[in-house]
Amino acid sequence: MSESVAVNNAAKVKMTARDVKVFYGDNQAIHGIDMDIIENEVIAFIGPSGCGKSTFLRCLNRMNDTIDICRVTGEIALDGQNIYHPSLDVVQLRAQVGMVFQKPNPFPKSIYENIAYGPKLHGLASKKSDLDDIVESSLRRAGLWNEVKDRLSQPGTGLSGGQQQRLCIARSIAVSPEVILMDEPCSALDPIATSIIEELIDELKQNFTIVIVTHNMQQAARVSDRTAFFHLGNLIELGVTNDVFTNPKQKKTEDYITGRYG
Amino acid sequence: MTTEVKNLKGSSLARSKVQQQVINSLQKRHRQEKLFRGAGVTAVAISLLLVVLLFVNIFSKGLPAFWQHAIKVDIYFDPAVVQIAEKPVQQADESDNDFRQRDLEWRSSVGMINFNRLILDGLNKVIPDGQAHRRDLQRVVTSGERFAIRDMVINDPSVIGTTKSLYLLTDANIDVWLKGNIDRSLSDAQQQLSPKMREWVESLKAQGIIQNRFSFALFMNPDSRSSLASAGLAGAFMGSLYMMLVVIVLAIPMGVAAAIYLEEFAPKNKLTDLVEVNINNLAAVPSIVFGLLGASIFIGWFNLPMSAPVVGGLVLTLMTLPTVIIATRSTLKAIPPSIRQAALGLGASKSQAVFHHVLPLAIPGILTGSIIGVAQALGESAPLLLIGMKSFVASVPTSAMEQSTALPVQIYLWQGNELRNFFEARTSAAIIVLLALMLSLNSLAIWLRKRYEVRW
Repeated sequence: MSESVAVNNAAKVKMTARDVKVFYGDNQAIHGIDMDIIENEVIAFIGPSGCGKSTFLRCLNRMNDTIDICRVTGEIALDGQNIYHPSLDVVQLRAQVGMVFQKPNPFPKSIYENIAYGPKLHGLASKKSDLDDIVESSLRRAGLWNEVKDRLSQPGTGLSGGQQQRLCIARSIAVSPEVILMDEPCSALDPIATSIIEELIDELKQNFTIVIVTHNMQQAARVSDRTAFFHLGNLIELGVTNDVFTNPKQKKTEDYITGRYG
Repeated sequence: MTTEVKNLKGSSLARSKVQQQVINSLQKRHRQEKLFRGAGVTAVAISLLLVVLLFVNIFSKGLPAFWQHAIKVDIYFDPAVVQIAEKPVQQADESDNDFRQRDLEWRSSVGMINFNRLILDGLNKVIPDGQAHRRDLQRVVTSGERFAIRDMVINDPSVIGTTKSLYLLTDANIDVWLKGNIDRSLSDAQQQLSPKMREWVESLKAQGIIQNRFSFALFMNPDSRSSLASAGLAGAFMGSLYMMLVVIVLAIPMGVAAAIYLEEFAPKNKLTDLVEVNINNLAAVPSIVFGLLGASIFIGWFNLPMSAPVVGGLVLTLMTLPTVIIATRSTLKAIPPSIRQAALGLGASKSQAVFHHVLPLAIPGILTGSIIGVAQALGESAPLLLIGMKSFVASVPTSAMEQSTALPVQIYLWQGNELRNFFEARTSAAIIVLLALMLSLNSLAIWLRKRYEVRW
């Protein structure tokens, strides 16, 4: 086990990845990654475009399954359970590991329906009032309740970009996942919306484990507890965010964060 | 300093040379653009002109056929002529079969009565010298009208003994004469109407007894060859309707299901590619080939009846399927993948993602594609010729298994009728009806698309 995986023993490990390799057809996108993700931490993946950080992120809730030519080897476990085990239901996995995408993608339905869809899908609410409660609490936790409480029946697509992204975050926390994967959640947003989302991430980490892919190194430095630097499909360095940014152990990491390439 | 000036001078010289080249090429570019625009405008103008010509031609010919000459006759339902037994009523202890048998016997007995007598008697009142020219008198009212009068008696025997003032369709040749669709200067030998009849018709028209009235016969009657003036589109219309029902019930669900499977679920491999290529090929197969296929499979193997709308519907289903599949697939392709990902990311299964989110968004496109496909099938005639739907059918089909023809085929049949100067207009009228159906289907497609379009 490389030192990048080393983890403080006191912290509980939420997800583990061992020797994960990803192939797109004959192309290898990820060359054997080992990683532990700790409960209730915010871990940021950084690296130049095409380094495999998004690909690796999508392995964590098996979104890569939707790509026909994509093949994943190695082992990824959630609470010690291999998520690629044939007996594991991917639907259950995705209820536990939620995802927020790069571009806000609310359903072209009402704000209420956007939030209620997941809980309805998984049968989390038996009564209408339960569902109402879930919708309200999810929107509150995403900091969107006050802005939308009077127009829950209006289409979610009518919100601003930042609001849409918070709606998507509320939608994913409505099914009470344990881990939330965020794939460059702020790349389509303006600085103000971005800072709101960043604050939100800070709050959400009380209850969720958050894995965030970002192109923005300041953002990684601001929101994350630990940072992983990817390059050409390899995990170059993983450590406490402050260390990675101020005292990188690897030359490549240093070159990247000082802006020599990327 | 001097070198600088020289450099400047050199560069300005070079620039003006480049600009000259640009100006030279500009003229060429402008010329090309003008040429292209001119060609485009000409193409649009020519096609518009052709469409306008087509419409003017069809409407100028066809519209008059929606009105037809009818003669006002007082028909006395003379009890001495119409001697019938009482209309059978089903008894409490009588089985349906027995009653139907009795009713049928009664109807055929009514059919034996000479209803033409009633018409001739009525005509005698308005044509004083009719008795002297009985042969001509027989030809004033088109022969189908006696059956209309028979049906009045069958439907309500209490009319016997009363006098009813009816508008009866005149013979097709009278209509032709009055509408001026025949050269009136032709000699008697070349005229379709005898001099006596022409004289009657002119005077009756002048008296207002013969009037040009809206032709319900065109819509209510099936085709006819013995009574040309009462030939109508009802049979062909119902045949087309049954076929459309078959197409809608079969082609749309099957096509949409196939498209959803191919687009959303099928593994991307050689076999899927092969299927895809062949669906595209199928769309390019000439429709008449589908007719041959239908004739050999549905009629030859499955022993379905010839000339039946069910077979026509099946053949048109084959023809429409690729259209529906291709339209549905392209609609599904256009749904942003982010919607699928959002659903999958929440833990929806593949089929839930498709049916909860993708399909509702695709519905307007699917509807549009399907309706265009159905409209295409509605206008198709070639495959129907091969499964016997071009035969002359003088009744309105009451089910999809009965013999029938279709609107486009009816157009073809009327177009070939020997009484050209009557059926030329009738043909154009049928074309107008078909065009109106097509246009309303297409407008429905546009309306549905606008109605269900989701704005992002």
